[in-house]
Amino acid sequence: MSDNSGKVFGIAVTFCAMFLFWLLLSGMLDALHVGAGLICSLIVALISHDLLVTGKGEKRLVKAFRFFIYLGWELWQIILANFDVTYRVLHPKMPIDPVIIEFETPLRSDFALVTLANSITLTPGTITINVDPTKGKFQVHAIAQAPADALTVDKTMQSKVAKVFMEEG
Amino acid sequence: MVELIVVIVTILLAAGVFFMLSGAIGLLRLPDFYTRLHATGKCDTLGEVLILFGLLLYHIFVYSPGAELSVQLVPVKLLFLICFIFLANPTATHAIMKAAYNTGVKPWKKGDPRM
Repeated sequence: MSDNSGKVFGIAVTFCAMFLFWLLLSGMLDALHVGAGLICSLIVALISHDLLVTGKGEKRLVKAFRFFIYLGWELWQIILANFDVTYRVLHPKMPIDPVIIEFETPLRSDFALVTLANSITLTPGTITINVDPTKGKFQVHAIAQAPADALTVDKTMQSKVAKVFMEEG
Repeated sequence: MVELIVVIVTILLAAGVFFMLSGAIGLLRLPDFYTRLHATGKCDTLGEVLILFGLLLYHIFVYSPGAELSVQLVPVKLLFLICFIFLANPTATHAIMKAAYNTGVKPWKKGDPRM
């Protein structure tokens, strides 16, 4: 895919997304409102298409599809995380033993790093403190030893995210 | 049918309020800045989302049938809110955490007195 057609594709996708967003938020379908929406989404698409659609065009659909499957798993982890925090908070002795851990991942792209960082924050007992994008290094605050081991020993989440974005190894 | 939806919505709202409450209790009980963020960062996300999802169901099945288009689009807006909360809440938690860590707030270790 050449650079120029990639750019046009990015603008088109951004324009469609912005215009759909406008229609759903306004709910008014007369000429004035739709026309204003068309102009606004065109301006936004021209200015900021490179924010929404980035990187190379390869396997974008596969990645998007895998990402939605991953979201389902992530949603389940969020519910588990809430029960975990609720248990620790309401337990009379508060079973917490905070540690700060560091580990490296093979991830490099912005979107993969953001996904892993937000996933870590939302899953049981861990919050991301720092991310170093050049080395894929994460610094994580864990509320007890068990959730820390889940990240440093089992590495379930890292390998899942790496699989979604095809950045293993 | 409507009764069943109302029951489900009530359960969702109650669960949301429960998680928000445990987040607030965690904010008061936990010993230091970082562990408090664990409580607020996670419980607030799911609590808010459950409440919004309950409102969304109520709107679709009880409130909006027969209403005009702009009223029927309200669930879509609630859905957008849910997406943005899922995106913004962990990011904000992480930003606060990073700011605290970089300015040298000391993490609490087991056995320390409460701060």
